[in-house]
Amino acid sequence: MDGVSATPFDVARIRQDFPILSQPQARGRPLVFLDSGASAQKPRVVIDAMVRCMETAYANVHRGAYRLSELATDAYEAARGATARFLNAADPREIVFTKNSTEAMNLVAHSWGRGVLKPGQAVVISELEHHANIVPWQMLRDDRGNELRVCRVTDAGEIDMDDLERHLSDGKVGLVAMAHMSNVLGTVTPVERIVALAHAHGAKVLLDGSQAAVHRRVDVQSIGCDFYCFTGHKLYGPTGIGVLWAKLEHLDRMPPFLGGGDMISVVTFEKSEWAPVPAKFEAGTPAIIEAVGLHAAIDYVTAIGMGAIEAHERALVDHATALLAQVPGLTLLGAAQDRGGVFAFGLDAAHPHDLATLLDRAGIAVRAGRHCAEPLHARFGLDNGTTRASFGLYTTKDEIDLLAQALTEAREFFK
Amino acid sequence: MSGLFDDLRDLYQEVILDHGRKPRNFRRLEDATATARGDNPMCGDRIELFVKQAPDGTIADAAFQGRGCAISTASASLMTEVVKGKTADQAKDLGAKFRELAMTGTCPDCGAALADDMERLAPLSGVHEFPSRVKCATLAWHALGAALDGAKEASSE
Repeated sequence: MDGVSATPFDVARIRQDFPILSQPQARGRPLVFLDSGASAQKPRVVIDAMVRCMETAYANVHRGAYRLSELATDAYEAARGATARFLNAADPREIVFTKNSTEAMNLVAHSWGRGVLKPGQAVVISELEHHANIVPWQMLRDDRGNELRVCRVTDAGEIDMDDLERHLSDGKVGLVAMAHMSNVLGTVTPVERIVALAHAHGAKVLLDGSQAAVHRRVDVQSIGCDFYCFTGHKLYGPTGIGVLWAKLEHLDRMPPFLGGGDMISVVTFEKSEWAPVPAKFEAGTPAIIEAVGLHAAIDYVTAIGMGAIEAHERALVDHATALLAQVPGLTLLGAAQDRGGVFAFGLDAAHPHDLATLLDRAGIAVRAGRHCAEPLHARFGLDNGTTRASFGLYTTKDEIDLLAQALTEAREFFK
Repeated sequence: MSGLFDDLRDLYQEVILDHGRKPRNFRRLEDATATARGDNPMCGDRIELFVKQAPDGTIADAAFQGRGCAISTASASLMTEVVKGKTADQAKDLGAKFRELAMTGTCPDCGAALADDMERLAPLSGVHEFPSRVKCATLAWHALGAALDGAKEASSE
């Protein structure tokens, strides 16, 4: 496909694929976008694919007995197939399109949590979860009485595997729900070990891959988990589309999440029968254009190579780890052995919000606050939140150099 | 230093940095007649405001505690200074005018009666060029309005 650089990874070439990176910014400085962990920028191929869909092949899907609807249906289902291959799913029917990973986790909590999880069973999450993997389980607990347990993380920001085993040891845990990669600590969790341990104690495993699926190859069969989710907009795709992957056996047993059109096979005013998966979980008109955009994004990163992306990021992580350690007054959150390109930190002289305003002046976009992970910040005693720089495949070492320089100057400014 | 941030001195004037570092009236008022919490859920800034009204209704004392950025801390600090001696209605009117100042950078309706107060608050007017920061500057005033109205909580959202 066009717009994709040849290997080896050429970041200058990659950057040309992203129109926003060459847009003139306020005050004439180039954009240094270090907030990809919140949402990533979009390459031209994604933008073009969505425009092309609307210009040439758009109609509603699964219902029109005419050529255009068939084209749109093919495009929508092709996106499902591409997503299945991206995750190495055993079957495209295991892919359910949602609005984002938050909706995917809510789907599991509402549907599997209410329909399959037994009343006396517990759910285990961890201290490093963001709110989307905390709140749905609290809602389930409050509604159905399923206990919610929280596995500790170590001071380095890694999952405390002994604590996880302690939670699992009474055999009452039905589900372990954890992030594959922390959006604050950058920690990549040992998912194979977590799955093996959970399964040994009879618990299923849901992994939130919102951050991880962007940075490294994910093979759900090799990981062995039961549920996996990620979101399109962090994977250089559009907003409004996310993915829940689940083993067919789970999806088959789960009651529907939302009711409406497309998720039924027979409807009378007395009762309805559900459509087979995945349609059972995709009520109403889905995000058709967004699915096409997600497909293009998957093709884009696949053509670059998830391995090449991971290697590029590893070099950035090493560079940033070394450089940020030299910034006076800076405290980095998390020191996991296996970490991705997410760096949250405190700077002694400046509140994160003030710091973000200063960095913006230097053209650097970072996130300030608690990154939808308030309990994690409380765990590390950082109630004021942190400033977070997160990388994308277009991030360069020069940008990290500029960040470090700007942080040093910002400290002088506030001193 | 190359002075990467020199042009931010309009926003972070020395008086803001000073009040941000050393907020005035940063304490609990044990004999407060009204209190309210102010939360900015977006950034997690949180203040607890204490007001002591005299029998004639004027604000005899005001103080605050909490956490926040330089802008929100300085704004709360300056506010506790300027509202002393005001009636509840005067304080709320001043708050409305300050919000206008924070959002637009000017306050054409402020008039001579408020001139001295607005001059004291003027260092915060630079915030209008930073829409994402306006709520930082107005959080304390939201809390003051809530306290004077007998509400316990205010949100900048």
